[in-house]
Amino acid sequence: MNRQKRRTGRRHPLATVALLAIGLVFTGGAYAALSAGTTAQAEADSTSQQTIEEGKKLFQANCATCHGLSAEGTDTGPSLVGVGAAAVDFQVGTGRMPMQMQGPQAQEKPVQFTDEQVKQLAYYVASLGPGPDIPDDHLVNGGGDAANGAELFRINCAMCHNVAGAGGALTEGKFAPPLTDVSGVHIYEAMVTGPQNMPVFNDLNISPEDKRDIITYLKYVQDNRSPGGFELGSLGPVAEGLFIWIFGLGAIVAITVWITAKSN
Amino acid sequence: MSTASPTTGTPKRSFTTSAAVYVNERTSIAGFVKELGRKAFPDHWSFLLGEVALFSFVVILISGTFLTFFFQASMAEVHYDGSYVPLKGVEMSVAMASTLDISFDIRGGLFVRQMHHWAALLFVAAIGLHMLRIYFTGAFRKPREFNWVIGFTLFILAMAEGFTGYSLPDDLLSGNGLRIIDGLVKGIPVIGTWTSFLIFGGEFPGTQIVGRLYSLHIMILPALVIAFIALHLVFVVVHKHTQYAGPGKTPQNAVGPPILPIYAAKAGGFFFIIFGVLALIAALFTINPIWNYGPYDPSPVSAGTQPDWYIGFADGALRLIPPGWEFVWLDRTWSFNILVPLIAIGIFIVLVLMYPFIEAWITGDKREHHIADRPRNAPTRTAIGAAGVTFYAGLWAAASSDILATHFWLTMEGVIHALQAVVIIGPFIAYFITKRVCIALQKKDREIVLHGYESGRIVRLPGGEYIEVHEPLDEYDRWRLVSFESYAPLMIRPNARGKITAGQKFRASLSRWFFEDRIAPVTKGELESGHGEHH
Repeated sequence: MNRQKRRTGRRHPLATVALLAIGLVFTGGAYAALSAGTTAQAEADSTSQQTIEEGKKLFQANCATCHGLSAEGTDTGPSLVGVGAAAVDFQVGTGRMPMQMQGPQAQEKPVQFTDEQVKQLAYYVASLGPGPDIPDDHLVNGGGDAANGAELFRINCAMCHNVAGAGGALTEGKFAPPLTDVSGVHIYEAMVTGPQNMPVFNDLNISPEDKRDIITYLKYVQDNRSPGGFELGSLGPVAEGLFIWIFGLGAIVAITVWITAKSN
Repeated sequence: MSTASPTTGTPKRSFTTSAAVYVNERTSIAGFVKELGRKAFPDHWSFLLGEVALFSFVVILISGTFLTFFFQASMAEVHYDGSYVPLKGVEMSVAMASTLDISFDIRGGLFVRQMHHWAALLFVAAIGLHMLRIYFTGAFRKPREFNWVIGFTLFILAMAEGFTGYSLPDDLLSGNGLRIIDGLVKGIPVIGTWTSFLIFGGEFPGTQIVGRLYSLHIMILPALVIAFIALHLVFVVVHKHTQYAGPGKTPQNAVGPPILPIYAAKAGGFFFIIFGVLALIAALFTINPIWNYGPYDPSPVSAGTQPDWYIGFADGALRLIPPGWEFVWLDRTWSFNILVPLIAIGIFIVLVLMYPFIEAWITGDKREHHIADRPRNAPTRTAIGAAGVTFYAGLWAAASSDILATHFWLTMEGVIHALQAVVIIGPFIAYFITKRVCIALQKKDREIVLHGYESGRIVRLPGGEYIEVHEPLDEYDRWRLVSFESYAPLMIRPNARGKITAGQKFRASLSRWFFEDRIAPVTKGELESGHGEHH
């Protein structure tokens, strides 16, 4: 009896701990489940709200001198209403903006902001009016058809950027930059936004899949060095001619001098 | 010996002797070898430049033969199915596909292709440098005028060889090059369009051109090049080699090691060095990456599209023409943007080809010359050469105007205008500067011969005066500085009927222009009196 009572009345030494644990897990789990829902909501809100606010602050501190306090444009810089997040991500993400100086075109330089700040600026500008968005990863990761991309690149891009993406000259000091170390996202954004002197290649002109193929080709060229040896800048016959005159013939003339030198 | 019985005579001879005798008894080659083997060849590095061209041509022949085993000169359409991924499935001509196969799927193919192309660039470059050496040392003078013409023809043939080869792979770059040729031909009035149709077998690009260029590239042009090289070398043997002035060197002799054995050994070794340098370059440096350019398609043109360097001057001439030189007149299009550069280059080529005869006519010099001039001792010729080089270099640089603009942060327009100035004004500036520099160098030579060179030793005389001691030249050095010819301008003489013709006056004025400013070499008399006033 006593034993029974004791047995029934007796709690296992760990029961309290177990109960506590269960209680904690339950409440914690419920809290976590609930709060996960609420925080996700809150973060999405802050993407549109907090991020845009941050972006606006950055914009007013770094860009407003030329583009105006609310990106409406001034005499020295165009309006950014409707250029989209892609344009900002390209210009700021490659270091072209903020611009170092006025010139034939904005020069690339070390990027001035963190990735987060670039995105904040991009979403702030995107909030001002609809425009092209930053592309999805599957379009820019180089998983397309390189042969189709190469053909499209030769037809649409090579006249300025050179068949191997080595860059080329335009009029009045402008130029098409080399594409040898540009990321897929930035190539895509350049095609849809037409930065500097580049034309816009919209989705009717070159479909998103074709753009992906072009990026695939450029990635192939970036990742696979020339099978023939050093590329000499991929500049074509000019580099080859200079090389043979200076190093080829130069070396051989040095050898002729050696051959005909009088022995001491 | 010949009367002795063969069984007793032969055992005494070594194997080589027996072999030589065996061959000689059947060919009588001994006289020829003796004559040729004893020919002396003066030793100077600049005399080897022609050999560089010859040896690169041998490399071109060897590598080119390899390529003919695999290249197919057909413009039939195929879908590429080789191992280069970014061209898989792309439609292209058999010529392009077989060139890609040589590059990616045939063992050693890319190496040989690159060696062929690099050797071609070196071939033409070596000819160019060799011609400059001949020009600036006056080695084209009598009796070598024909050999200058033969050599210059070889230069033109080499360019034709190069251009036809550049056009064979049927890639984007070669198609763009052919399109420019097509445009040039079509720009010629009256016959242009018909000639273009004749060349391409119909409208550009047609399906004929690669096959036609291939016949030219591997049969007709190489045969001509070989024939002209043979002729060129025969004349070198006939005339003897020129040599620089020096003690013991006269117009009647040639001082240097004999061809056999010394010179032949050196030249043989030199061939392998050239072969080695080209192999090294071909193994390490990409040339003409046709896989980047892709198959020819008339619509795309890549940035940085240029011909190989030796056609660059012609491309540059086209680029330098200002806009608006094409107009419609009499219901026809007149393309002076094409005709002017064609005519300018044509005149330039004829002037270079005929230069030995022009100079001979102006100087009236009918003697033979076997001693090479130092460039400073023919100031006007050297200055004309510098002007020609400037003109050519300006055109050449213009072919890379876009690369100049991007790499030196210039505007394209600025580059073009600057090069227009270089091509038109540059030759005159180069002429005057070079002539003055030559004359100044001659004056310095004269000074050194008369007063010796500055020793750097300062001596104080008893009277307190400081002088620098001038050391006299030794006779060998002096010989080099005083043995050159000085010309006086031609005198105008009346002809048989006692008249001075306009032609005579023109010739005399040219001669005055050539020789008016001149420094005569130090004479023996001057030298002796010079010794008297020696410090």
